[in-house]
Amino acid sequence: MPIEELSEDLTKVPTAHPAVRFDRVTKRFGDHTVLDGLDLEVARGERVTLIGPSGSGKTTILRLLMTLERVTDGVIHVDGQPFSHMPGRTAGKLVPASERHLAARRRRIGMVFQQFNLFPHMSVLENVVEAPVHVLGEGREEAGLRARELLDLVGLSDKVDARPTRLSGGQQQRVAIARALAMRPEILLLDEVTSALDPELVAEVLDVLREVARRTDITLLCVTHEMGFARDVSDRILMFDGGRIVESGPADALLDAPGEERTRAFLSSVR
Amino acid sequence: MAEFLPELRRAVPRLGEGLLTTVEATVLGAALALLLAYTLGLLSRSARLPVRGAVRVVVEFFRGTSLYVQLFWLFFALPMVGFRLEPLVCGVLALGLNFGAYGSEVVRGAVTAVPRAQTEAAIALGMGPVLRLRRVVLPQAHALMVAPFKNLLVQLLKATPLLSLVTVPDLTFQIDQLRSSTGATAASYLLLLGLYFGMAVVLSLLMNALERAAKARLGQEGGT
Repeated sequence: MPIEELSEDLTKVPTAHPAVRFDRVTKRFGDHTVLDGLDLEVARGERVTLIGPSGSGKTTILRLLMTLERVTDGVIHVDGQPFSHMPGRTAGKLVPASERHLAARRRRIGMVFQQFNLFPHMSVLENVVEAPVHVLGEGREEAGLRARELLDLVGLSDKVDARPTRLSGGQQQRVAIARALAMRPEILLLDEVTSALDPELVAEVLDVLREVARRTDITLLCVTHEMGFARDVSDRILMFDGGRIVESGPADALLDAPGEERTRAFLSSVR
Repeated sequence: MAEFLPELRRAVPRLGEGLLTTVEATVLGAALALLLAYTLGLLSRSARLPVRGAVRVVVEFFRGTSLYVQLFWLFFALPMVGFRLEPLVCGVLALGLNFGAYGSEVVRGAVTAVPRAQTEAAIALGMGPVLRLRRVVLPQAHALMVAPFKNLLVQLLKATPLLSLVTVPDLTFQIDQLRSSTGATAASYLLLLGLYFGMAVVLSLLMNALERAAKARLGQEGGT
């Protein structure tokens, strides 16, 4: 399939701004501080993997970007524009974004979840077609054709009419990947996408994602415990602990020769 | 008993009308109740506190005051402040308000029971609140609503004899006429029991079919 189309919007917005910028972002749940004044930049088309012990705030970063959580403090920018916030009445002042502001901007971001979260009342094809038709206003036929191409890409052309509940976990996750790509996101968030899978089903999902990474220039933010996958797709790996970045560097360098003791300890625990 | 059967035969057209009136009250009352159940049930999840508060008051009021009293109020008290409604309209209103209040809890509970992850998946696909509700949450909530709605519907049917107290010529009203003209109390009420039971069974079967269809759509229990 013409896979270049997956990220065709990317070429339309030539800009020097980073795709994502966290500016001193803090997230608290009650008294618990998950992210503490985090600064983070992800370049357009960059593939960044977040690693670290559970509870270190990696998933929260993805959930903040997907607007599933609101920041407690600080501002998230996407494409150089305030994302978590919008201009307030006073010039130069930012206020927390309204639902409408978020709705308009979150479309360029897609997410694949640990638990797949497919819509059980829709067939595989309907799952993929739903948002392009109802959110982007694409014609059913056009969206259907593209959905079939995407399902072909993830190796599920023979399952278009199946119900998600009839599929294996690996198959469901591949549908979820096709569903996210159908919205032509510029940024794709992968939240521990293989953690809920039986070991023998992990490879089929990671292979699909490697293929997506290879054939598109989509910006990837990935939380995973699969270090082999992280090494294959990442330009950069960030080691998290306690809501802060402990260490950051190119995939091979960080995985082979971690500079920090905490990174070494974490890596030896997941290997 | 010797006079009962010929009297019964003569009364068949009137009993038929009574049966139709009961069905009419049940269907219209249930339709109004369903409308109110959805409206109140969805509003009870509003982000605005005043809206939630107002819904709470309405629901608790109509659940907390007896159907019997609501019906009498509509029929006997409302005319005193200048509104006179047809007996059947009073009945449908009372049934709709009372069972709508109970039904709103069913809708609220079912919507709440749809996993939050489904809403998050819809947000990640750029869907707005209305689209999420209409395309993702409600279709899944429906499957959870059918069983409790079946109970409410059968209860609503069984509450319709109250309408005969405000002169609605329903099945109970007509059989009561038959009973007073024949004096066959046991036979008349036995017939009445049988007829209500029959209607309840038909309703249950219909709702069971609905439930199976709703579950099949979710890919549970024999769906494809």
